[in-house]
Amino acid sequence: MESRLRIFLLKSVSLLILTGLFSGCSLLRVDDAPYDDSEPVIQPTLERRTVSEADIDSEDFEATVFAGVMSIEDFGSNVVYGARLAYHITEDFFTEASVGRTEADETSFETLSGGAQILSDSQRELTYYNISLGYNLLPGEAFIGKGHAYNSALYVIAGVGNTEFADDSHFTINVGAGYRFLLTDWVALHVDFRDHIFDSDLLGNDKTTHNLEATGGISLFF
Amino acid sequence: MWRLTVVLLLLQCLFTARVQADEVYYRVVVAEAYMEMHSGAGRGYPVFHVVDRGDEVEVIKRRTDWFLVRTSRGKEGWVSRHEMQLTLTPGGEKTMFADAAIGDFSRRRWEAGVLAGDFDGADMITVYGAYAMTQNFSAELSVSQVFGDFSDAIVGRISLLAQPFPEWRLSPFFSLGGGLIYTDPNVTLVEESDRTDQIASAGAGIRMYLTRRFILRAEYKNNVIFQDKNDNQEIDEWKAGFAFFF
Repeated sequence: MESRLRIFLLKSVSLLILTGLFSGCSLLRVDDAPYDDSEPVIQPTLERRTVSEADIDSEDFEATVFAGVMSIEDFGSNVVYGARLAYHITEDFFTEASVGRTEADETSFETLSGGAQILSDSQRELTYYNISLGYNLLPGEAFIGKGHAYNSALYVIAGVGNTEFADDSHFTINVGAGYRFLLTDWVALHVDFRDHIFDSDLLGNDKTTHNLEATGGISLFF
Repeated sequence: MWRLTVVLLLLQCLFTARVQADEVYYRVVVAEAYMEMHSGAGRGYPVFHVVDRGDEVEVIKRRTDWFLVRTSRGKEGWVSRHEMQLTLTPGGEKTMFADAAIGDFSRRRWEAGVLAGDFDGADMITVYGAYAMTQNFSAELSVSQVFGDFSDAIVGRISLLAQPFPEWRLSPFFSLGGGLIYTDPNVTLVEESDRTDQIASAGAGIRMYLTRRFILRAEYKNNVIFQDKNDNQEIDEWKAGFAFFF
């Protein structure tokens, strides 16, 4: 008898708590969106109508990490690595800021002479930065097998920048071309060829040097 | 060949996980007879699907002037801004997918660009960012690197720009600014130590609105470098480049 009473009591208490909870929830809901008779009934849908393009996620930036080989004129070829950040202005044009780093090998003279060193170890480090404007010259699709199509683009790019080499800054022009292969809407693979052109007087006379770079990279759009 | 395919497919799988996440997207209703979906974000990509009048699509993202949309059946493709402008909201109102036009050029808030030119016979590169306080006045922060025969330099400047005719396509401006110049002589040639001096600049230039978000810009500046020695150095600076606004 006593246990039945207890069950009854427990039931009523839990019922009370539950109703309390529910009314609490509905109260909360009312707080969130106060309902007012004076407002037009259509009000809640108004917010949906103002589709402002600013609210749509725009993915115009592209960040790339790359690695490859760079040849420094007279100083051999070595591994180069770096990063790029591109902003796609239109479907045709993009701007790109790029930084890279490589190291100079020995010149043939240094190798042949045995011990003679033109540059110290720290002077052999080459770092560059540049800002370029790119144009998607040949956008297209690449097909792999029968059932897979990927978007791609062959682009040309040119810009200006600075090359720090042998304790000196060099005004540098870069020109090149690259291939962008989009794995998905927001991930791409890159192959890039660039010529970094700057004047150098390192080996006596002033001369224009061509420093060729071939790299592969992976990029994310955000 | 099949190895390449496998590698690419694996890479693709790795990166598609994010797309499956359930998100709430904006919806638009096709109001013209049909809307064309392209396979890529560019005018040349083929149309592989059309959405009929009255159908609703989700707008997933935007890249430049192209929008990735998803139909109710899950087909995804790219739609041009021009076609998006002809859609309606589910409520039946016109959507606003405006193009950046000359009006936006005069009303721009942020501007960033890169200029190259001549600084007293030396090559110079400048990167700048500007914020327009009104249509006529903007504040600009610029950093330049100078590559001279005898010394290199880095110049940091803050300038105030006045643009008397913001609505013109070819719009002239005047600038007044100041900052610091850090000079680093080439050790092999000159026996002089690094130094930092104050620099003041006054100049004039022209901006030309090209298309969409592009601006061409050319300018001249007359600089005075206040050196420790009593004679101040006067330097002419010419440069040109491109910029974009957003």
